[in-house]
Amino acid sequence: MNITNPESLLFWSVLTFVILLILLKKFAWKPILGAVTAREDSINNALEAAEKAKIEMANLKADNEKLLQEARAERDQMLSEAKQLREKMLTEAKEDAKLEADKLIASAQEAIRNEKAAAMTEIRDQVAELSLDIAEKVVKSELSDKDKQMKVINNMLEGAKLN
Amino acid sequence: MKNQANFRLLLTLVFGLMAMIGIAQNDKQEKEGFNPIELIDSHVWDSHEFHITDWKGSPVTLHLPIILWTDNGLTVFSSSKFDHDNSGKVVVEANGNKFVRYDENIFYADKFDQADFDATSVLAKPFKYEYRPLDFSITKTVFSMLLSLVLLLIIFMSAARPYKKNDKAPRGLAGFMEPLILFVRDDIAVPQLGSHASRFMPYLLTVFFFIWINNIIGIIPFFPFGGNLTGNIIFTFTMAIIVYLLTTFNGNKHYWSHILNPPVPLPLKPLLALIEIIGTLTKPFALMVRLFANMTAGHIIILSLSSLIFIFGSVAIAPVSILFVLFMTVLKLLVAALQAYIFTLLAALFIGQAVATSEE
Repeated sequence: MNITNPESLLFWSVLTFVILLILLKKFAWKPILGAVTAREDSINNALEAAEKAKIEMANLKADNEKLLQEARAERDQMLSEAKQLREKMLTEAKEDAKLEADKLIASAQEAIRNEKAAAMTEIRDQVAELSLDIAEKVVKSELSDKDKQMKVINNMLEGAKLN
Repeated sequence: MKNQANFRLLLTLVFGLMAMIGIAQNDKQEKEGFNPIELIDSHVWDSHEFHITDWKGSPVTLHLPIILWTDNGLTVFSSSKFDHDNSGKVVVEANGNKFVRYDENIFYADKFDQADFDATSVLAKPFKYEYRPLDFSITKTVFSMLLSLVLLLIIFMSAARPYKKNDKAPRGLAGFMEPLILFVRDDIAVPQLGSHASRFMPYLLTVFFFIWINNIIGIIPFFPFGGNLTGNIIFTFTMAIIVYLLTTFNGNKHYWSHILNPPVPLPLKPLLALIEIIGTLTKPFALMVRLFANMTAGHIIILSLSSLIFIFGSVAIAPVSILFVLFMTVLKLLVAALQAYIFTLLAALFIGQAVATSEE
């Protein structure tokens, strides 16, 4: 054990320590700790922001999902409505067509009947005319000479006499 | 209480060690040849020269300046003037005064002749201010300390430079130092000081790295390292005094009322207050002795193991010796960090006790 000139080391220790404390505080500890604290804060903030963004994203996603579901439901509804409408229109159209057709058929039948009647009348007239012509021609040929005329008159008179 | 038990144990160890060295020193004249005590002494204690090595039988030494505050004012001269003498025989004349050196203490030559002190007593020589001038020399340990000052400034100022430019993740030296700084903050300062941590951060960081780097300098066995600063009790005394001043001047009302007006029955108050006041002194005292004893013991063990080779006078013992020295050196690297950590932790703890409010 050999303590030598304690005042020397005491003096230099205090001096060195104070110099170190002042210089390191100003040029090392403050910048380093300040930067570290700032970085920690920024990391914490970034993490918080990320967490917030995550929650927001989840919310957004849920919203989207909801919107999508709503849209899907609406689409389904619209589709089913359209389907119903189509069916309704179809049945209506079918009924209309049927009615129209019936009407047409009826009117056609009516027209046919009328035509037929008209034709019948015409035929009857023509037959009558023809019959008259024929009769006229027959009569004319029958009564072309006196003998025949006398014969006819005689026949008729014979009949009249019988009565 | 645990601290006090530790402290008592350490004190016993230290004084035991002193006694052993003292006895050995008395024996040393009897033997010729290699003297391990002298070797260990010269490596562990302080000196005015920095002995680097021996070259062809003569020592290669860095002669450090001797700075004295004498009756005639400031006196500066090189330690080479003493010509390695430590027995008070070489007289150096400077600034109108004559000086001799005895066991690394410088005395006035004329007064040294009249001086009658117990040569075996450790404390007798350095405190005889009536016989000697005030000595502010750059001794080996002071040189070591100034070296550590320069190293610390270089390391931490260059580590701090990148922080001014960007706030990205640290790289290089900053990346290496930042975890250590954060360790001091998060594992020493914040648990002990809580909300007061940031106020004492510069002090705690400086203490931690100052002690650590000086512990490491003490382990490195070649020039310009090797000065045993943290194993010098004057240095640890200074560090402990700073802790004591910090706790005393930062102590709040709660701290002082606990010491001066302890919550015990009235008749016991003076007794307990006395014990508490002594307690405030034993805490830094324990700090002082713990660091000193740990570092000095480590140095002595390593030097003793190295000396084994020369004591046995055989190369055959060298492998064993080197193996043990290697083991001890690695252990001391751990102890270097550990003691810096413990000193800082306890300093933070003591300051924390002084600044804590009753709720904390």
